[in-house]
Amino acid sequence: MAEGVLIITEQREGAFRKVTYESVSEGRRIADYLKSSLTAVVLGSGIEKIANELEKYGTDNILVVDDPSLSEYTTDAYTNNLADIIIAREPELIIIGASIQGKDLSARLAARLDAGLAMECTAIRLDKNELVYARQMYGGKIQADITINSTPQIAAIRPNVMTILETPKSCRIEKIAAKVGEIKASVIEINKDAGDKVELTEADIVVSGGRGTGGDFEAIEELAAVLGGAVGGSRSAIDEGWRPHSDQVGQTGKIVSPNLYIACGISGAIQHLAGMSASKQIVAINKDPEAPIFSKADFGIVGDLFEVVPAIIKDVKKLRS
Amino acid sequence: MEIVVLCKQVPDTESLIQIAEDGVSVKTGSIKWIINPYDEIAVEEALRIKEASGGTVTILSVGHQRVEKAIRTSLLAMGADKGILISDPLAENSDALGTAKILAAALKKIPYDLIIAGQRAVDQDNYQVGSAVAELLGIPQISQVIKEEILDGKIRCHKAIEGATVVLEASLPALFTTQRGLNEPRYTSLPQIMKAKKKPIDIKTLADIGIDPELVGDRNAKVKVKSLNLPQSRKAVKIIEGDSAQEKAAVLVKLLNEEVKVI
Repeated sequence: MAEGVLIITEQREGAFRKVTYESVSEGRRIADYLKSSLTAVVLGSGIEKIANELEKYGTDNILVVDDPSLSEYTTDAYTNNLADIIIAREPELIIIGASIQGKDLSARLAARLDAGLAMECTAIRLDKNELVYARQMYGGKIQADITINSTPQIAAIRPNVMTILETPKSCRIEKIAAKVGEIKASVIEINKDAGDKVELTEADIVVSGGRGTGGDFEAIEELAAVLGGAVGGSRSAIDEGWRPHSDQVGQTGKIVSPNLYIACGISGAIQHLAGMSASKQIVAINKDPEAPIFSKADFGIVGDLFEVVPAIIKDVKKLRS
Repeated sequence: MEIVVLCKQVPDTESLIQIAEDGVSVKTGSIKWIINPYDEIAVEEALRIKEASGGTVTILSVGHQRVEKAIRTSLLAMGADKGILISDPLAENSDALGTAKILAAALKKIPYDLIIAGQRAVDQDNYQVGSAVAELLGIPQISQVIKEEILDGKIRCHKAIEGATVVLEASLPALFTTQRGLNEPRYTSLPQIMKAKKKPIDIKTLADIGIDPELVGDRNAKVKVKSLNLPQSRKAVKIIEGDSAQEKAAVLVKLLNEEVKVI
């Protein structure tokens, strides 16, 4: 009989990613519902010392697989180790963060375990003894409630959505020997991006620009910087070559759900609105009072972004000083 | 080099999506269909590899009969050589894993050195089929690729992760999935459209590819839709009035800071 909730954690260079705390906190909540235990698996090299950081968020057990072969994430080594652990422990539910690594890993693992996967899940609830997973489809145009008919069930949770909650518990830490197996796709090198840019899908604040910028993102970049947020762009801004592809917000780019989304000079094509409509607060700044973006916004300023944005920067700086 | 590209037909991203009467599916009547944009990037990359080092580009899809026309007019007209469409009522409404099982069964019947898939289809956004196909075939996967090169039976791919770029290498046969920035798909040209009319598309059933229908389709899906809903609509926008940009900005910053407390 499958029992318990198992969290697949994600760390990079010895630091857990934020979505891991979100996963563990959510896992604790579900484990309490199910009256079962919460286990977190930590994989990596030299990570034994960070494993107990998870206790704070309510784990009952932490499994540590510490091996030089796991220092960089590879689909194969991580899947091989996790599949063994899962088959031995038979959890009912597996929660993993749907980061880029988590998407890659959860999809491979689900296929290996012949299990159903709720990708980019935004909420989990118990409904008449059945776990129901909320997730968006069509880039956010549709909200789906889905159920999974397999053991285990896997939920890959969208970063930045679930609440981190500290519920310290006494916890058992267990070391597990690594079983790496064949690594079919291996890491040759990792090149870190220059600067400490905030990742779009993980940012609390996103400032985006569209056609109305005419390609001038200076003010938008400055506003994002003073707010500690990330810069995004509409499809037309990317198609014009004003921003890199990795900045594209929308149904065919990145789907974001920050606390605050500021759309500057973006008219609001359906596919763009789909990609940002889950943001908690939306501000639209546009010259055209009829722009569709205003229909999705909480606050709107009708005006020239080149006058409005610098004025906002000035006021935010004043606020921060 | 035998290259197979996995493709799906999806609703145009500019279309509104409406929920059908049954509450668990979407209305398809008025939808304009397109090839999944990430799959077009996959086809473009396949064509570039073929143009550089020779080979064949095969389109493989699971779907409705109407997908045949889309394969011909969009993808074969871009320059792909042939298509295989698995179209069978028993395959309908398979979940991501079911779809992967069908694709993997079809792939086991044909030669391949390289499989390219979109990172996700922009309808259900599952990010799953490519990886699952690689797993079912026991071959390496590299997902969300922004650059690739093939040398001496190996593929080397660049992949953007949060805050870094990772370079990965795998032996062929392998599967990779596409990310924006890998290339800009070409437009179809009239001569290519004419040529595409004569290119072969095999329509196959589940029996033809030798897969047990009990593994796939609606009834055997591990992921079931319980209900579909439209996102909650927001309260009407509050337009901030003022005599100047400075005045409006000051009101906005005060609201964001004191009222909704997001800055």
